[in-house]
Formats: sequence, structure tokens, C-alpha cells
Amino acid sequence: MTFVELFERLDSTTKTSAKVNAIVEYLQYADEKEKLLGIAVLMGYKPKRPVKTSDLRLWAADRLAIPLWLLEESYYVVGDLAETLSLIVDQRQASRPFNIQNILEDLIEMQDNTFDQRKEKIEAYWSTFSSTALFLFNKLLTGNFRVGVSKKLVIKALGQHLHMEAAVVEHRLMGKWDPFAETMESLFHQALLAEKYFMPYPFFLAYPVDSDFFKTAAIDDWLIEPKLDGIRGQIIVRKNEVFVWSRGEDLMTDKFVEFQQLHTLLPDGTVLDGEILPWKNGSPLEFQLMQTRIGRKKLSKRNLEEVPLVMVCYDVLEWQSQDIRSWPLAERRALLADTLARYPVGNILLLSENLEFPNWESAESFRQTARQYGAEGLMLKRKDSIYEVGRKRGSWWKWKTDPMTVDGVLIYAQAGHGRRANLFTDYTFAVWDGEQLVPFAKAYSGLTDKEILEVDRWVKRNTKEKFGPVRSVKPELVFELAFEGIGLSTRHKSGVALRFPRIVRWRKDKLAAEANHKQDLLTLIESFK
Amino acid sequence: MTLLTVNENGLYCKQGDFYIDPWRPVKLALITHGHSDHMRWGMGHYICHEHTVPLLKLRLGEEQSAQGVSYGEEFEINGVTLSFHPAGHIIGSAQIRLVYQGEVWVFTGDYKLENDGLSEPFELVSCDHFISECTFGLPIYHFPKTLEVYADINSWWAANAEEGFNTILYGYSLGKAQNILTHLDTSLGEVFLHGAVANVNEALSEVGYQFPGMRLGSDTNFSNMKGAVIVAPPSASGTPWLRKFKPYREGMCSGWMQLRGSRRRRSMDRGFVLSDHCDWQQLNKAVIATGAKHIYLTHGYESNFARWINEQYGLHATVLNTLYRPDMEGEDS
Repeated sequence: MTFVELFERLDSTTKTSAKVNAIVEYLQYADEKEKLLGIAVLMGYKPKRPVKTSDLRLWAADRLAIPLWLLEESYYVVGDLAETLSLIVDQRQASRPFNIQNILEDLIEMQDNTFDQRKEKIEAYWSTFSSTALFLFNKLLTGNFRVGVSKKLVIKALGQHLHMEAAVVEHRLMGKWDPFAETMESLFHQALLAEKYFMPYPFFLAYPVDSDFFKTAAIDDWLIEPKLDGIRGQIIVRKNEVFVWSRGEDLMTDKFVEFQQLHTLLPDGTVLDGEILPWKNGSPLEFQLMQTRIGRKKLSKRNLEEVPLVMVCYDVLEWQSQDIRSWPLAERRALLADTLARYPVGNILLLSENLEFPNWESAESFRQTARQYGAEGLMLKRKDSIYEVGRKRGSWWKWKTDPMTVDGVLIYAQAGHGRRANLFTDYTFAVWDGEQLVPFAKAYSGLTDKEILEVDRWVKRNTKEKFGPVRSVKPELVFELAFEGIGLSTRHKSGVALRFPRIVRWRKDKLAAEANHKQDLLTLIESFK
Repeated sequence: MTLLTVNENGLYCKQGDFYIDPWRPVKLALITHGHSDHMRWGMGHYICHEHTVPLLKLRLGEEQSAQGVSYGEEFEINGVTLSFHPAGHIIGSAQIRLVYQGEVWVFTGDYKLENDGLSEPFELVSCDHFISECTFGLPIYHFPKTLEVYADINSWWAANAEEGFNTILYGYSLGKAQNILTHLDTSLGEVFLHGAVANVNEALSEVGYQFPGMRLGSDTNFSNMKGAVIVAPPSASGTPWLRKFKPYREGMCSGWMQLRGSRRRRSMDRGFVLSDHCDWQQLNKAVIATGAKHIYLTHGYESNFARWINEQYGLHATVLNTLYRPDMEGEDS
């Protein structure tokens, strides 16, 4: 099976098992080097984009002798640039086999080429690929290869192919690895594992708690902690170096300079798990502040003083170079408390609070008001639990506080991408500020497919103005949005930004005039100060 | 003078006092073809191609007053000379040519230049004023050769049959379904028809068309059905009606299948790019070949296509706002 055939099989099914089977079959027959590159690409590996997409648009329009505006209009309809380019330049003549290694090498090499050389190479590909191969080439070229295959699914298939546990495969594929520097052998050979000292452990993740849980669970068996809203991370101190990994498996040591000195403070062979968040004067700062800080290329002294970061630690996974994930949580926790007390890490590593409640009812009343304590709910962890791999049910649960909600008026709609291309699915909502509607949130999800179609038709009939892909619509439809956090921001005209906004329901019972006001949001922000 | 204009009832010829494909009840309606957005209920009298008559009676009722004409036959209404010419869209589909005081107007209805092997192929009619649909009026629509698509459909059917799956092909019950049936390799297995498709086939048999396939009904033996093809309208997808055909695979036949998003949204096993409309190149070719100086564009990406025609060819192109539905293909009534 070629990579093109693999893609076609993956793309024509929504069933996970069929996708896994397709990948396993591909792994059986593909060439060793191509196999690794194929996997890397499916898992999100992409070379740096060698040309600007604005150039690609121009070249494609030139090839078909159409004006750029017509290509742009086409792009709004297709909703995917790589696909638009492919449909425009496809001459229905395929004369070159799809060799993923050559393509990736060419794309990497192009970065050192002159502008004309790049253009020539890309146009040569456009002339000799057709259909799916052309589309895949453009996907690699534009660097956005999302094809309905999750990393987890690739790992599952690799596990089946290699006869390895998925967790082991996952552990070995964590972080960023260069598929050109590695081979299947180097990645999956036992003996080499020890050298990967910068690697984090796979994170253990909790599911939302079921209501059935409280019928049988004895509160004394559970360690209860406030659930903080930060970035989940692992701090690794090994071989006299420090690595900070986020749960997204990004190495973020550079962004989190506060932790860079930890190898001088903690014993070698220590791995801690916790929540990284901005913290000042004994309490957390707004999450938004940290996002701004992470976004900066260069950190000034002032940034560091204004938004200092800490890790609130809740677990220790490795101690004196021993993997202790199989210790019961209570013992790991005792070791953690002892370590944080013994070594001089007081201002950067904090111990997660252990909340004591006499019964679930009093825990519940804390949960409901958790935001007042700077938390977004509770974490429930069995005291005897081991540190598992990935998202598992049973011994760790998250028990989040109910989301806040607001009623907003739909004022702009934009066509979605991929599955939602050519449908108006991306919405901007506004609240009242006196007589004016001011935008405060964008939301993409939460409606059923049927509702999406209904809103889509409504948008098409009630468009006021078109600005490229965006349409302004009559301010009539009201939607209830849920969100997890709220803060001041310059991103929206309202001066307010929400965290994780999503649509809860379409309030067909409400008129636009009955939507919330900006003042309601400001009052909410004030209440958490 | 302007022979055809759009008013609240439809496309109107004032000189002849008749409408073409009107959307509100009027006295006299000329009908380009039998799809429901062009042939609506409630007109005093219908004039259409002779092969559209049985479809009109099937869909609008036996009692309708309808007159069939043949392709090329000229007739006159209050000084306007009229004739119907093949549009290549579906069986009985016509472009309508109007001549008054030496000026020639053509309304295409829906059309395609590609020969589908069943409907009378498109005839190029020179004119001064050309009113064209532009359902697929963007350069991203570049349809593959029809015969290659049918070869793909047959090999997909064969592969499904080999694995013990039934094959469900969705296409509009009038037009697409008959095209599919004409090109199926019936040596591969049995062919069954959804009731809506069978009804159209029966109506067309009155004017001499024969299609393979058995109507599905209470007497159908579903337990023996294996490796068969079922031709059904798109509205049947996602309904409990499908359960009887398990295990099955579904394929959608529509021009919209050109886009990956449309394919995936319908969660089909296969999407076949098969259209009874012009793609971008065919539209361009038609507009130029008619020699018309004035182009009017309806249903589809009309404003984009009009701008393109103006800029590219220096022709006078305007948009006519009609109620014909560009999304009909892939839908069903």
C-alpha cells in the first residue's frame, strides 16, 4: 500500500477500527524509511513551510490564468487552501510516483533555495501529480496535515504492528523527534531507551467524574485537591539538566525560565508532575496573562516580574533515578511533601493543597464556589492509586465546577473548514453596550448537525454585508454560551475575553434585546478579584 | 427591447405573456425540464418537451394540462417564435430559444456539454442574449470524464460484491438515477430500485425508455440479497430503510463530491464526481460559443461568474435573481 492509498482509505471512513487496520496494513508493506516518515507526517511532523501561501496562491492563479480574487472566492467555498490549490492546478496528468521521502527532502532543501528555484520545483510537482497525490503534496507544502487521524490512533496501530504495548510506543514517541535522524530501529529498540534522558513520562489524565461514583466511594480513600487552571507540566531533572514538558508534549524549558536553575536545587533523577501557572502574593493570576507571556519571543525583566510562574506540584514520578509510578499515591505524595520542604525550592515549586472534607456534601459545596478560591473544581485521586498512562477511568477523577453562561447575539458568521467547509459554522457573538452590540466571543462548537444546517440557511438569507469569508448578519439569533473563565482583554471590542467558550443552546425563546449586557460580564470579572 | 425579465412569479416574456419555469402559479408556463425547482405545481397550462410530459403527470398529477413539443419544432406565441433544443441535462431537458424582431434569446435551464450517453446531447444555439445557470461556476469544479467515473463505479461494485457487501448508489431519482442504471455493468449482479426511482422509470417507459432493475417492495427477498446494487435518492441515506441491505457500502453520485468537505460531511464510503451540470470549463465554453453579447446568470456562483465574464471576455454579464436552487443536485424532492 502506498501512502496515497493509505490516505484514501483513512479519508473514506469514520470508523476508528478501519483506520487502525489501514495503518497496520500500510506498516506491513511500506518501505522502512518511508514508513517512518509516513507515521511522522500522520502524527503532525511537518517541514517548515518553504514559501509563503500568498505566493502559492499567485502561482496557482497564474497557471489557470484566473485573477487572484477568483481563487480567493474559490477558497472560501472549499475551506482548505491545499485542496483549493489542488483543484485549481490539477491537469489530470500523473507521471511521478508519490515518494514521501523525496518530497520532504525537497521541501527542506527548498528553504535554502532562491525564490525562482522554489517556484520551479513546486510547479514541477504540480505538473506531475494529480488528484489525491497532488492534494497530499499541497498539504505537506502548506504545512497543515490534519486528516482525521489522531496521534493515539497511529500509536495504537504501531503497537499492533510492533507487538508492543501502546503505552510503550507512546513513551518512545513523546516530544519532538526528527524522522530523518531516527529509524524504526533507533526509535523502538530496547537498548537505546536509556539514552533518552530528556523524555517525560506519559501524563496520567483524569476523566470527568460520574454521578455513580459518589454512591460507593468512601471519602477517606480519596485525596482531594483544588483543580487549578494552568498548564499541566512535568519538570525533569536528570544528568544535571532541567527539562520542562507541557502536556501537549512541547518542550517549554525556554519559556519557563523560573525553573532553569532547578538542577542546582534538586537531586539528580527527579521528575515532578504539576500545574504551571502565574502566581503572585500567594495566589494565582489570570490565566490570560500567562498566555501572553508564553506568546512572547523575548522575555524582558519586567515580564518576569509582572507574571512570575510557579509549579504547583502534585506528584513525583521519579526519585533518585527510579521510576516510582507504581508506588501508591499516598507514598509518592509524602515523598513529594518531604522533598519540597527539604530543598530550597520554596518560591518556585509549591505543594498542591490537600483539602479535607468530612463528607462528599461539603466537598460539593466547595466545588460550587471553587472559583472564589482560584480553582476550577476538585481533583479526586485514590490514595492507593498508581500513576497510570494516558486518560483512564477509575482512580483519578476531575470534578469541575459548573461553567458560567452568558446569552450573546450572533453578529458575524464565517464558513468552517474541512468537514464544515461551505457551511457557516464559525460564529462571533456580541453583548449589549448601551444601544450597541460589541463582540466578546467566537464559538465553533456545541450545535447539532441539524442546527448547524438551520443556522447556515438563516445566515445565507439574513446576510447584511460580506467581508471576504465573513458575513455580518441581522442581530436576531440568541445563543447561550458556556465558558470556564473570564478576564479583561484587548482581543475583542467588548474588552472582555472568555476561556473555552462554546454554545450550550440556541435560545429560540429569546429576542436579541434580551441578551446579556457588557456590564454583566464586567460584574462577573469583578466578583473573582 | 428586453424580451425576458424576472418578476415575482418567475422569468417572464411580456410580449408573449408567458413564463419560463415560473415559481408561482401563472396561466402559461414553458418548462425546461422535470426537476422540481423548474417544474412547479399550479400553472394553467404547461408546454414542455414531449419526454417531460410523463414526468409532469407523474409529479404534478394526471389532470394537468400539458403539451409536448419535440426538439427543434418551431411555434409562435403572439409574435414570439419559440423552439426547444437539447440541453443535455436529463431526459427531456431543453434550452428554450425565443426570437422576436430578429433578436434571439436562449434560456438554458440546467445543462451540460458532456454527453452522458442517455439524454439527447447539448445543442449549441447561437443567440444575442444567453441566460445560463452556473451551479458549478467556480474554477475548482473540473469534472472527470463521465465514462471513467462509471468505470470506477462498476469496479467499486465488483469489489464490494466480492467482499459480500451490497452497494447503495445515491443519485437524484430523475436524471442521475437513469444515467447510473444505463452504465451499470449488469453482469456483476442484481440491480434494485428505490420506489422513487422505479416510479420515474415507469413514467419514462411510456415514451420508450427501458432501464434495468427491480422495484423494491414487500415481495422482495432481502435475505438472499448479496453483492447487489441499490439505486436510491440521496434522501434515503441515513434512514432505517437501509437496514434491510446490511452489510452495505454507500456511494454518492454528485458534482458536489468534487470537494472533500462535502464527501466527508455525508460520511459516505465513496463519493463519485458525477454531475448533470456544466463544470467551469464547460460553462466558459458555452458562454463564448453562443456568440451572445449579453449574458445573464442565474442559480449558482452567479456574481463571481458574472464578474469573471465581464473582466475576462469583456461581455456584458448580469445576475438574474431567480428561485432555482443550485443545491438541487444531491438533494431530492
